[in-house]
Amino acid sequence: MTRFILGRLLLALPALFGLLVLTFIMLRVLPNDPSAALAGENATPEQIAAVRKAYGFDEPLWKQFVIYVGQVARADLGNSIISNRPVASDIAWRLPATIELTFVSLLFAAIVGIPLGTMAAVWHNSPFDHAMRIVTVGGLAIASFWFAIILQIVFSMDLGWLPLRSRYPDGVPPPTDITGLYLVDSLLTLRFDQFWASFKHIVMPAFTLSLGGLASIARFTRAGVLETMQKDFVHYAEAAGYARKRIIWVYVLRNSVVAATTQIGLLFGALISSAVAVEAIFDWPGVGSYAVSAILTSDYKAVLAVTLVVGVIYAIVNIIVDVVHAMLDPRVAENL
Amino acid sequence: MLILKKFLRDIPAVLGLLIISVVCLIAAFAPLIVADADAVYFGNIIDRLKPPSAEFWFGTDNLGRDVFARVVMGTRGALLVALTVVTLAIVIGVPAGLYAGYTNGWGSEIIMRVTDVFLAVPQLILALAIAQLMGRGLESAMAALALTYWPFFCRTVYGEVRRVRNALFVEALQGLGASTSRILFVHVLPNVASPIIVRATIGMGFTILTTAVLGFLGIGAAPPSPDWGLAIAESREYLPESWWAVTFPGLAILITVLGFNLFGDGLRDLVDPRLRRSR
Repeated sequence: MTRFILGRLLLALPALFGLLVLTFIMLRVLPNDPSAALAGENATPEQIAAVRKAYGFDEPLWKQFVIYVGQVARADLGNSIISNRPVASDIAWRLPATIELTFVSLLFAAIVGIPLGTMAAVWHNSPFDHAMRIVTVGGLAIASFWFAIILQIVFSMDLGWLPLRSRYPDGVPPPTDITGLYLVDSLLTLRFDQFWASFKHIVMPAFTLSLGGLASIARFTRAGVLETMQKDFVHYAEAAGYARKRIIWVYVLRNSVVAATTQIGLLFGALISSAVAVEAIFDWPGVGSYAVSAILTSDYKAVLAVTLVVGVIYAIVNIIVDVVHAMLDPRVAENL
Repeated sequence: MLILKKFLRDIPAVLGLLIISVVCLIAAFAPLIVADADAVYFGNIIDRLKPPSAEFWFGTDNLGRDVFARVVMGTRGALLVALTVVTLAIVIGVPAGLYAGYTNGWGSEIIMRVTDVFLAVPQLILALAIAQLMGRGLESAMAALALTYWPFFCRTVYGEVRRVRNALFVEALQGLGASTSRILFVHVLPNVASPIIVRATIGMGFTILTTAVLGFLGIGAAPPSPDWGLAIAESREYLPESWWAVTFPGLAILITVLGFNLFGDGLRDLVDPRLRRSR
C-alpha cells in the first residue's frame, strides 16, 4: 500500500510542475509589462525600471522561474495588487468555509444520489428510470448561479425560512475556532444553537452545489449496479434463495459503489467550479467568492494564486480518492 | 436503418433532439419572432419592470426592455458562442490527439503532458484566469473556453487512436506507402469520429452553461448584449419583486442545455455499446 501511495504521488508531480509553469507564464510572461502594471498608471520610466529591478523582472526567465518556484514552496503567493495583503494568507483564511461547503454538498449528493441510482437500476427501463434520467440530466443542465437565485427568491425573500446570505448571522461571534468548520466546531463545543444557526446558513448553498454531484452520483451508481447485477455471485445468491432486497442493497450496492468512488475526484472539480458563482451569490466567505472579487478588481495575482491552490487541492483530492479506492478494492493497488 | 429505429425508441434522446431543433429554429428566425428588434437593446423606461402580460410575455427588465425579445435574441449568441468554442476546441484537440496517439516519441509525450496540466485544474477556474488575463469581453471569454476545452478532445481522440493504430488496415496503408497525414485524416479519423461527435454534443451544452457563468460574473458578453447570463446578473438587484427578468433567461439556459445533454446521452448509447445504459 505504501508503494501504491508513493507511486500515485509521483504520478501527480509532472502535472503539478506543469501547472507551476503555466501560472508562471500567465503571471510573468503574458502580461505586457508586469512592472508597468505594478508601478501604477502614472509611473515614470525610472519608477518602472526600479520596480523591474526590485521584483527581479530583469533576470533571465529561467532564473525568475526558479525564484517563483521557491516562493510557492514557501507558500508565498505574492501580495494582492489591490489590497497589498499576502494572497496566501487570505486564501488560507477562507479555505475552511469552502471545504465545509463542498463537503456538505458532496455528503448530501451521495446520501440522496446513491439510493436513487440504485432504484433506477433495479427498475431499469421503467417510467421511474426514464423520469430519473430526465431529472439527472436536468441536474447537470441547470445553471447553478441561476438556481441559487431562485432558491433565494422562494425560501428567503418569499417564505423567509432561511437566511439570504453569508455563513453566520451578522454581528454574532461565530463558533470557537477549532477546525474552522462551523458545523464541526459548534458540535465540539456542544453549542447546538450555533450548530443550528450555521446549518440554516449552509442549507441553500450546499443544496445548490449538490445538484450536479447528485445527478452524476445517481448515474454512476445506476450504471454500476446494472453491471454488478450481471455478475455470477448475484446469480448464485438468487439461486441460493437470498431475499432480493438483501442482495441488492447489501451485496450488489457494496460492489458497485466501490468503482463509483473514483468519480468523486472528478465531481470535486465540478463542485469547485460551481462554488465560484454560488459562493458569490450567497456571500459565502470562501475561496470562490474571493476569486470573483479578484476577477472584478482585475487582481490577476489573486486569480492565479486561486488557480494554483485549486489545482493542488484537486490533485490531493484525487490522490486520496485513489488511495481509498485501492483500500476498498485491493486489485487496484496491484495494477499501478 | 437499424440505428435510426434504435434511436427513435429512446424517448429522452428524441426529446433532446426536438429541443435542439426548436432552439435552432428560434435562433434562425429570431428577427421574425421579435416584432420590434429595437426592444432588445432599447427599452421604454416608462415600461420598466412590468410583470408578464399579453403585451410583454416575459415582462420587462429594469430598462423597460422586453424580456421575451431578449431571451429569443439571446439564443443566437448562446448557440454561436458554444459552436465557436467547440469548433475551436476540436480544431486544436483532434489533430493533437491524432498525432499524439499515432506516434511515439517526445512530440506525443509533450502533447499529452500539456493535456494533463490543463486537466489538472477544473476547466472553469482556468478559463476564468485566462479570460481575466486577456481582458474582459466576449472574444477573450470564447478564447479562454476554447483554450481550456481542447484537452478533453485530445484525451478522447488519443485513447481511440491508441486502440486502432495497430489495426491491420493501418499496417496495410503503411505498407502501401501512404503518408502519415493521409493515414490519420482519411483513414483513422473516420474510425474515431463517433466519440468526437458525442463529446461535441455534450460540449455544446456544457459550453452554453460555462459561457453563462462567465457572462454572469461580468467577464463574458458586455451590455447591452441580450446574453442570458448577463441578463440574470443585471436583473438580480430588482428581486424579489421582478422575478421574471431573472427566471426566464435561466429557464432558457436550462432547456437548451437539457436538449444537448439528452441528445448527447442518446448518441453515446448508440455509438458506444460499452456505455449502454440498458442491457
